[in-house]
Amino acid sequence: MLYREAGQFKSTYAADAAIFPIRQDRIAMAILLAVAFVAVPLLATPYLFSALLIPFLILSLAAVGLNILTGYAGQLSLGAAAFMAVGAFAAYNFVLRVPGLPLLVAFAGGGLVAAGVGILFGLPSLRIRGFYLAVATLAAQFFILWALTKVGWFTNYNPSGVITAQPMAIFGQPIATPPAKYLLVLTIVALMALAAKNMTRGNIGRQWMAIRDMDVAAEVIGIRLMRAKLLAFAVSSFYCGVAGALYAYAYLGTVEPEAYSLDLSFRILFMIIIGGVGTVLGAFLGSAFMILLPLGLSLVVHFLDDTLHLGVASSVASNVELMVFGGLIIVFLIVEPHGLARIWQIGKEKLRLWPFPH
Amino acid sequence: MVQFFFEVLIGGLLSGIMYSLVALGFVLIYKASGVFNFAQGSLVFFAALTFVGLQEKGLPFAAALVATLGVMIVAGLLIERLVLRPLVNQPPIALFMATIGLSFFIEGLAQLLWGANVRGLDLGLQDEPIEWIASRTGINVSKFDLVAAGIAGVLVTGLALFFNRTRIGRALRAVADDHQAALAVGIPLQQIWAIVWAVAGFVALVAGLLWGARNGVQFALTFVALKALPVLILGGFESVQGAIVGGLIIGASEKLAEVFLGPYVGGGIEGWFPYVLALLFLLVRPEGLFGEKIIRRI
Repeated sequence: MLYREAGQFKSTYAADAAIFPIRQDRIAMAILLAVAFVAVPLLATPYLFSALLIPFLILSLAAVGLNILTGYAGQLSLGAAAFMAVGAFAAYNFVLRVPGLPLLVAFAGGGLVAAGVGILFGLPSLRIRGFYLAVATLAAQFFILWALTKVGWFTNYNPSGVITAQPMAIFGQPIATPPAKYLLVLTIVALMALAAKNMTRGNIGRQWMAIRDMDVAAEVIGIRLMRAKLLAFAVSSFYCGVAGALYAYAYLGTVEPEAYSLDLSFRILFMIIIGGVGTVLGAFLGSAFMILLPLGLSLVVHFLDDTLHLGVASSVASNVELMVFGGLIIVFLIVEPHGLARIWQIGKEKLRLWPFPH
Repeated sequence: MVQFFFEVLIGGLLSGIMYSLVALGFVLIYKASGVFNFAQGSLVFFAALTFVGLQEKGLPFAAALVATLGVMIVAGLLIERLVLRPLVNQPPIALFMATIGLSFFIEGLAQLLWGANVRGLDLGLQDEPIEWIASRTGINVSKFDLVAAGIAGVLVTGLALFFNRTRIGRALRAVADDHQAALAVGIPLQQIWAIVWAVAGFVALVAGLLWGARNGVQFALTFVALKALPVLILGGFESVQGAIVGGLIIGASEKLAEVFLGPYVGGGIEGWFPYVLALLFLLVRPEGLFGEKIIRRI
């Protein structure tokens, strides 16, 4: 009834190629943005900001980055967290060593350095494919974290290895409260997600998808493999780098290599698999799922513990959570291998006909 | 100096065989079902923990061994039935992610059943240098490492023969090549997978016992899988021989690099050196040393 595009005619190519061609989608998006930018900062509690919303947005951004590389260009990577670490440490060093550098420029610089490192570790992708490449990206993960720990210059010779991130300020306005951090992160993420959506709809995105589907065929029809693959690595690493800088500055408040472990790489990979490979929306849905799942699990375990008086030890609870987490991922892959974005798609199709059966 | 070099080299080669043992589990499953089974490390951990747990319950060595073997085979069959079978014909990345989920599940289950304490595992082998060699050449070779290498060698020879000389082995290779074609010529896919997972469970048990006896049975055992990955890409995912040769190369070069190169760059390079080495290797041979040559058609 509500979600019906009948009668919405397009008279220009521009209208036909619009990012949201259906009016209801445009309205929904406007409402979503209004809620995110206006209603949430007014209503949410500081806990909600720092425990849920900020990590959700930052990890969504990293997932968008990985999705560009893995979902669109088809290059499986297990080193997303390492590129986040590069971004965080580069941003830290920019702020530290270039006095008066605007914060956003430092973040962008972090992203660019990560993009450079990404190209370097993307070079093997020209020769190797599939799981061989996936394992090769682990080289990036281990080598980068090792270098950040061992080379003193990166950490400004800090003996503990855990550096407090410098306070953030934009145009002289300090950004210290959770709502301010949230708005900063939200703005960056919204703009970069928009850019990603456009990139993947355009020429370069189609080249990536052609490479993903069959790289030899893509080469035959005139796509320059080297350029497109390395661009995918660069763009993906840029997104991860900015996400890493935000992760350090807006979420953790510290810059430390341990935060960007292999575990985080896997979590980001889970996000895009569960959300939907090769969709920007999926990165957000997957990130929300992965943030909410552990919280929900521990809530359920505590609730059962309290109501049934089981007296469950905390180690048992955490192991049960681990099992349920792993089990849910498997179940998810079996039930809907195309991820949450696909469920959303099916839902929209259903909505189009509702309430009539045909 | 020369003596020290050889001591490091031999130590590296022997520990490389221990890596091969874990890599072997990966190769088996990859060969037979094209699944990159990330949960192999967790299976190793699970096997070692179950064995030690059963021994603590008072079972004698042999009984615990048999019981654990049974548990591992059942685990392998269950994984095949509950995880792999519903995912037939999904893209490899989905299967890979499923095995990561599986590894979380197994780690949780293992610690839930047996607790997370670090335990010792005694196989009756001492990790001490063999005097006969030490007194003649001055090189220390650990008795434990040598026996472990022997066991790995026997296992690999057996598996290589199994794959190349038996009917089931041939069926396994057919399944690895093309699921649908194998089904079409009448190979019972499910049965083959069940066998492979059972064998992988057995390999995990052997690896778990040896690694557990060496480093203690603890959660860190699951990271052994990360050591096996560069061995895999160096040797090629589909090759049993590759796992052994790759293990030897990785083990030796890793130890040599740590001892002779490590001090110049601040140490701790064992974590990434195998990966970078394997990566450089791949640039020359993209399918690993013994991997099947990738022929790409449109």
